[in-house]
Amino acid sequence: MTGLQRAGRWIGEHLVLALGLLVMVYMFVPIAVVMLMSFNDNSKSRNVYAFQDFTWSNWAHPCRPNGMCDAVVRSIEIGLLATLVATILGSLAAFALVRHDFVGRSAANTVIFLPMASPEIVMGSSLLALFVASGFGGRLGFVTIFIAHVMFCLSFVIVTVKARLTGLDENLEQAAMDLYASEWTTFWRVTFPLVFPGVAAAALLSFSLSFDDFIITNLNAGQTVTFPMFVWGVAQRGIPMQVNVVGTVMFLISMFLVLGNMLATRKKVAA
Amino acid sequence: MSLAADRASRSLRLTALTKEFATFTAVRSLDLEVPAGSFFALLGPSGCGKTTTLRMVAGLEVPTSGSIHLGDDEITYEKPYRRPVNTVFQNYALFPHLDIHENVAFGLRRRKVKDVDRQVKEMLALVELESQAKKKPPQMSGGQQQRVALARALINRPEVLLLDEPLGALDLKLRRAMQIELKRIQTEVGLTFVHVTHDQEEAMTMADTIAVMNGGVIEQMGSPAELYENPRTTFVANFLGQSNLIAGSVASAEGDVVRVDMHGNQVSIPAERAHARSGEGWVGIRPEKVLLAPAGEPIDAPGNHLTGGIVTDVSFVGVSTQYLVQMPWGQELMAFEQNTGRRAVLAKGTKVDVSWRPEFSFLLPASQDVNAGVLEEA
Repeated sequence: MTGLQRAGRWIGEHLVLALGLLVMVYMFVPIAVVMLMSFNDNSKSRNVYAFQDFTWSNWAHPCRPNGMCDAVVRSIEIGLLATLVATILGSLAAFALVRHDFVGRSAANTVIFLPMASPEIVMGSSLLALFVASGFGGRLGFVTIFIAHVMFCLSFVIVTVKARLTGLDENLEQAAMDLYASEWTTFWRVTFPLVFPGVAAAALLSFSLSFDDFIITNLNAGQTVTFPMFVWGVAQRGIPMQVNVVGTVMFLISMFLVLGNMLATRKKVAA
Repeated sequence: MSLAADRASRSLRLTALTKEFATFTAVRSLDLEVPAGSFFALLGPSGCGKTTTLRMVAGLEVPTSGSIHLGDDEITYEKPYRRPVNTVFQNYALFPHLDIHENVAFGLRRRKVKDVDRQVKEMLALVELESQAKKKPPQMSGGQQQRVALARALINRPEVLLLDEPLGALDLKLRRAMQIELKRIQTEVGLTFVHVTHDQEEAMTMADTIAVMNGGVIEQMGSPAELYENPRTTFVANFLGQSNLIAGSVASAEGDVVRVDMHGNQVSIPAERAHARSGEGWVGIRPEKVLLAPAGEPIDAPGNHLTGGIVTDVSFVGVSTQYLVQMPWGQELMAFEQNTGRRAVLAKGTKVDVSWRPEFSFLLPASQDVNAGVLEEA
């Protein structure tokens, strides 16, 4: 066997692994950059896109940039509220769509996909037109953003919870009723625990969609500034390094949630 | 362990029970009484209404008309969680998010019973799963899940335990073992079991009484031996085991014997087994009751002696040999012969005489479909 052949075989055996690693690098480099930049001291330079010196000061004083922390808090408030409302409404809608046969059910099933399928810019502008036409033109702000976010989160919640419900064996609820559980008890002891992973996934998805949204929000925000809008605004002048701190924190929180979920599932399987 | 000791069991009575769905009638005016403490089987092909009947008793289906009584109490429209009836579901329907202990404890916890843990341990011991209490249902084999489902229902000491094809998902060997196990448990706990199945062998192995259902009605009800030996309809004759049904016409019906002319042969049938007293009919005889001998040799059976048969097919199946014998009128009769070694296996083409003891034959009305209940070996 020549050296070339041997090298060829080695590559063949490790190609999939190598490609996998490359994909991981591709996905995580931006995040690594954000983390790195959160420690960047750019006080001596106007260039915000190059690493100058290491510092803790961005982490020590995250709220130094004017208005940033207000925007973050506002985004979290809107995100939590929109998530709560969209998750409740969407879960109820999913139950209706899966469990009850009514006139227009299949039409409803199709219509649900429209907000997911239509471009955000179209939804945002038509929503703005609606708000203005119905006299909310001068009062755009927190409430209109919240309404807009509930709207686009709803579709995702319905689709996610529906998938979970469809996979749920109806015999289980009948078995519970057969075993002396009333309708109410059956729901809380059997149906809800089994659907909960779907509801939780829908809530997480809603929050990240809401926290992240720029286009629809920007059109319906009036004078209110959310975190994505803040970043967009300051990007013209140079992004303050504290934005990277917020990014890193958000990333760590989602990592924590995902890992926690993974550990919980693994523990369940092992038990 | 006597589970039902603290409460007198009552019989289950269905009166004119009917269930209509949008496009068809699943159960037609069914009347049925299941005595307390019996092992009762509802036997029939799929779509005969047996599962619908069971679900109405459980309260999972609302009858269109008719009534269901437990003793003197009417439970026709009672909610499922308000009747002392529990079900072992066909696919077991174990709660995947609860461990085995909690699955079995579910009914007791809902009724706020005390010392749940002790009872669950006892019940798991009964089904021999004590060591598996902490496992989740998906981690268990089909046979184990089946036993958990049984324990989960039994622990509530229902007055009636409903079993909906509980062994359908198990392989043949495990099914046989579970049949014996179920029968043992039923004898031990002394509860009323109503068992739905399409497997006639399963029904005969376990049940004291079998009701054979077809097309939403009960064709015949009785002990396994009664149904097998003296079927009243062609459906029962064909669905429960196999039968030779030969066209004939009643020649005379006097006293306790009915004589039938069958393609020129006179055969006699005991009156209590003749379900037609005049006109045309089907003479029925079970294949293992049919005796064969090479033409001209004596056959050890008095009466009902037919000549001119030719063996057209021989299948050796170990314990027995199964013959097809073509009779002079063209029909092929089945004859199963034990391989006792008394005589060599008859070769294909052998000319044979055919006979059976008159007391084993039965007579059915010609109006019934001769092929009703014939299985395409399911």
